[in-house]
Amino acid sequence: MSASDTMVTAAEPGAEEGARPARPGIRLGDRLLKVYVWAVLAWLFLPIAVMIAFGFNDTRSKSNINWQGFTLKWWTRLGEYPELTEAVTNSLNIALLATAITTVLGTLMGLALGRYRFRGQGATNLVMFAAIASPELVMGASLLSLFISAGAQTGFVTVVIAHVLFSLSFVAVTVRARAVGLDRSVEEAARDLGASPWTTFWRVTFPAILPGVVSGALLAFALSIDDFVITQFTSGSLQTFPLWIWGATRMGIPPQVNILGTLIFALGVAVAVVNTLTGRRRT
Amino acid sequence: MTQTQAGAEAVAATCDSSSAPAIELDGVVKEYLAHGEVVQAVKGVTLTIAEGEFFSLLGPSGCGKTTTMRVIAGFEDPSRGTVRLHGHDVTGVPPNKRDVNMVFQSYALFPHMNVWENVAFGLKRRKVDRAEIRRRVGEMLEIVDLAGREKRRPREMSGGQQQRVALARALVNNPRALLLDEPLGALDLKLRQAMQIELKRIQREVGITFVYVTHDQSEALTMSDRIAVMNDGLVEQLASPREIYERPATAFVAGFIGTSNLLKGVVDRVASGCAVLRVGQESRVLVAESPGREGELLTITVRPEKITISAEEPEGEVSAVRGTVREVVYLGLYNSYTVALADGAEVTVFQQNALDSTSTAERGDAVWLSWQPRHSYAIGR
Repeated sequence: MSASDTMVTAAEPGAEEGARPARPGIRLGDRLLKVYVWAVLAWLFLPIAVMIAFGFNDTRSKSNINWQGFTLKWWTRLGEYPELTEAVTNSLNIALLATAITTVLGTLMGLALGRYRFRGQGATNLVMFAAIASPELVMGASLLSLFISAGAQTGFVTVVIAHVLFSLSFVAVTVRARAVGLDRSVEEAARDLGASPWTTFWRVTFPAILPGVVSGALLAFALSIDDFVITQFTSGSLQTFPLWIWGATRMGIPPQVNILGTLIFALGVAVAVVNTLTGRRRT
Repeated sequence: MTQTQAGAEAVAATCDSSSAPAIELDGVVKEYLAHGEVVQAVKGVTLTIAEGEFFSLLGPSGCGKTTTMRVIAGFEDPSRGTVRLHGHDVTGVPPNKRDVNMVFQSYALFPHMNVWENVAFGLKRRKVDRAEIRRRVGEMLEIVDLAGREKRRPREMSGGQQQRVALARALVNNPRALLLDEPLGALDLKLRQAMQIELKRIQREVGITFVYVTHDQSEALTMSDRIAVMNDGLVEQLASPREIYERPATAFVAGFIGTSNLLKGVVDRVASGCAVLRVGQESRVLVAESPGREGELLTITVRPEKITISAEEPEGEVSAVRGTVREVVYLGLYNSYTVALADGAEVTVFQQNALDSTSTAERGDAVWLSWQPRHSYAIGR
């Protein structure tokens, strides 16, 4: 006992020289990492915080740029601009409808791509990638010329079609990732235990790919609600939330826009939190 | 061991009395199209599995045993031939309408359901009423020793436990036959041996026909009433474990099950059903129940533990083969000798260390090998 103690003490001076300079180095690195993380978080959240704060700004001018004191009055006058309210309603309707269609189509696509080998699979993957990678300007312009040459009246329907088109690939890709990792014998086990193909899909396959479907749907909704470029090309006279803000910038953006932005943000946060919590329970 | 034999005899007795066998395959062929070419995974399998039998499909990977089982389960439609379950033709009937259940190699448990929900899945599909489901699932979890773990998710359980959940999930439906696809493959040796005994116990308890797919010959020998040894899409031999081991029908079976010696010789004379083969200059091999005629070239197999090593030429009506000891390996329970014959062929001999653990022969010794005529078994091909 004592012998080993002295051995350790004897060895310590040598060990100290090696160990000591390293420790402050690690601590400094730790601190730098912390600072860096907080800086990134601030970078991400500051614009959102400013947006929320200026919904409470007691501004008197048309532009809502300088902080002039706290007020709740804009919250009571939320519906002051009927066109703004209508634009937000349009945006929500488009996003919900487009998300619903995209989720169904994208899930089926993702399942097929992740599950089967078929002719045209490579081409499908390529087109999907092209849809993700192509600039919005190109897509918007080509969609507009397509609609015009087809003689379609641009408006609500064309915007929904456009939104389904550009978010479809995102849903298909996320669902495909889940479908690839799916053990096929699990579905066979369900069939073996007396489940019809329909029951097997809803009881076994769908729960297994559900996380992919949900994140794909959230992605589609987020892409649709704030899309500007493609919507601008395909909306005709229809106003959406981003389009209305763009139009309003010339006269100054009213605090109501901040409040509506805050509400949409809060909705997104709520959905994300619910998804995370249920996802944690699932896995 | 004796219980297993008793079980086998009981099966034999019931199989005579029952009207329709549990499973019948008649000329089943399964073809696939791979890279534009037709590949036959199963090349014509005909077999009959009796009610309550523990039946094994044994063979190396790619021999068609799993495909054969999937044809029985209904996951594959045979390209030709018919499948009958209890006398009813079920060829083309989907798996959810067949009264057999399967235990998958990967267990294939439903990951989003707990143990209870997994086991109750089949009963719910058949609209069994709730009280009945509760009773049967509880009973089954008792049998597989998982009572009290109903709320666990599959991923929270060990491999052995998951295995038992998979077994319970299939057995709770009281199927006419249970199909098991290498169910113990993923377990370590100790657990595998324990589960072999466990499976045999459960099979005796529930009395259901088991069809067991495995590439592990000792597993098949331990548990089965009968074994079908498969190779290259065909059944090489279908017999009891004892028969398969003692009297392999083909060179493949002899080589695949245990260690075996193959010897070739020309039939010298046949006397009272016993053929005498000339092997080299001074050696003779006696074969009881020989199918060969004089002058014919025969291949025989003899198990290493049936052979006796001696320094002098053996007396009497036995095979007597001369050779030189090439290698002696001490293996505790027995010594393993490799003996080279005059023509270069090597024969493996096991000598038990029951009486004396010192070798009867050393490396380089010239020795005689002898065995009884009934231990030489002529094989086809």
